[in-house]
Amino acid sequence: MSGLTGLTLVEARDGLRRGDFTAVELAGAFNDAIAAAGALNAVVHPTPDRAIEMARAADARLAAGDAPDLCGIPLGIKDIFCTEGVPTQAGSRILSGFRPPYESTVTRKLWDQGAVMLGKLNMDEFAMGSSNETSCHGPAVSPWRARGSDAPLTPGGSSGGSAAAVAAGLCVAATGTDTGGSIRQPAAFTGIVGLKPTYGRCSRWGIVAFASSLDQAGPMTRTVRDAAVMLRAMAGHDPRDSTSADIPVPDFEAALTGDIRGRRIGIPREYRVDGMPAEIEALWQRGAEMLRDAGAEVVEVSLPHTRHALPVYYVLAPAEASSNLARYDGVRYGHRARLAAGEGINDLYEKTRAEGFGAEVRRRVMIGTYVLSAGFYDAYYRRAQRVRSLIRRDFDQVFAAGIDAILTPATPSAAFSLGALTDADPIRMYLNDVFTVTANLAGLPGIAVPAALDSQGLPLALQLIGRPWDEAGILAIADQIERAAGFVARPDRWW
Amino acid sequence: MSIDRQTARHIAHLARIRVAEEELDHLAGQLSGILTWIEQLQEVDVEGVEPMAAVNPMPLPMRADEVTDGGIREAILANAPDARAGFFTVPKVVE
Repeated sequence: MSGLTGLTLVEARDGLRRGDFTAVELAGAFNDAIAAAGALNAVVHPTPDRAIEMARAADARLAAGDAPDLCGIPLGIKDIFCTEGVPTQAGSRILSGFRPPYESTVTRKLWDQGAVMLGKLNMDEFAMGSSNETSCHGPAVSPWRARGSDAPLTPGGSSGGSAAAVAAGLCVAATGTDTGGSIRQPAAFTGIVGLKPTYGRCSRWGIVAFASSLDQAGPMTRTVRDAAVMLRAMAGHDPRDSTSADIPVPDFEAALTGDIRGRRIGIPREYRVDGMPAEIEALWQRGAEMLRDAGAEVVEVSLPHTRHALPVYYVLAPAEASSNLARYDGVRYGHRARLAAGEGINDLYEKTRAEGFGAEVRRRVMIGTYVLSAGFYDAYYRRAQRVRSLIRRDFDQVFAAGIDAILTPATPSAAFSLGALTDADPIRMYLNDVFTVTANLAGLPGIAVPAALDSQGLPLALQLIGRPWDEAGILAIADQIERAAGFVARPDRWW
Repeated sequence: MSIDRQTARHIAHLARIRVAEEELDHLAGQLSGILTWIEQLQEVDVEGVEPMAAVNPMPLPMRADEVTDGGIREAILANAPDARAGFFTVPKVVE
């Protein structure tokens, strides 16, 4: 990665405005990088011609002096965002051939501001997974490798294609979505920045739904400043999403003042989980020291219901998924099974869904069906909703006590090898989200920021969780960690 | 919670996902494992706690009651695996 494809979003923005290069040159460089990176399997539907066409339009706007921040910036789009006329599959066979007749609100906002689409990015099927291995396209592969090894590593999931693409220099930045950690965990595994905004900050309209009370779109970028700029471009009220918040979108970049003196940072004692590698514990302490050195006050806090968050998630998310995925019936769009003579409508549904959904999606839809079924609804679903209230209350109490943000590790390990958990108990894969899932359940903003390489030479990240609507606050603190950690490592090119 | 073969078959049917007979035992085992793990929520004292369906206490917004869309039959049918004469098709459901 070098030259144009090595630029940050802010560098590309400023270079375009200065006329150092054109948007067409920039898009061309990334089209070439994508064409040469088949081994990463990060881009599942490349759109090189559209990229050049959009870049030409961006150059015209730049020349006319009408250039928003994102004008001419080449982006990768997670294949969960509906893009008009461009295949949108969400990693599933059941949506093979689907070309949306409409554009998602988030991507429409990006294109309205002049951003350039390079293609659609690989992901776990319907965003259900933590390693990108449930994708019908096969997994995206991390550009990182452990020192002295050529074993392929996971870029994380579900936004694994986005993470691999940004880390490998196949796009300046990418969109992701995060239901239980799907932006932050892959960002952590690949040494990039991933921000999940407050629930309601970005419109969900036109994003293939997984668990509607948890899903949020957000930016995946090389730097904290890039995340601030891109979030501003993605966010905002949308009357077509009734859960989208009608509140002003601040200038997040302006919040990066470099001054976090007096901020109160909470260290939640319940995040010290059994079997956490010593390197991650040490990084967490180092992160606290970095913030203390920058003039923040670091205090221990308690979030007592933390350990129940994953089981709550694995009731609520499958329940919502079983409802959302009921639409895939082989009638209106996507895959349809062939029927034998005499087979009827139920055979059509059952065969279509058995053929179209992969094993993890089938499993989660069935768990969701079960916890919502008569006789079990109160014991599982209602109880999980009540524990969710308690998880949110934990955060409310900590914030009410004057804490501005919470510092945790982003993941319980560095990236693992592809295939390492394939045959394991599904719950082992679920544990990847142990530090991230609480922010989804509580609707809070969270950001993963790379902070170190482990002894294998693989990225490790810290996470900050903020007050509702205070993305600006956690961006400012993440910016401080980025400066103090000085993380600049990039993967050596092998692909 | 232990899921037996018969229950697994029933759940699969409710979810409208066909599962071959020879896969039922494996499925039942996996569902049992996940549900047993979820059972730990029974330990939590939720007495008097309201269930949370939405994180942001916002009233559902209302819009003006007017037609804002329509007349796009071709676009709606464009992705149908089998559309004929302006309709989606399904197997015969009424004898």
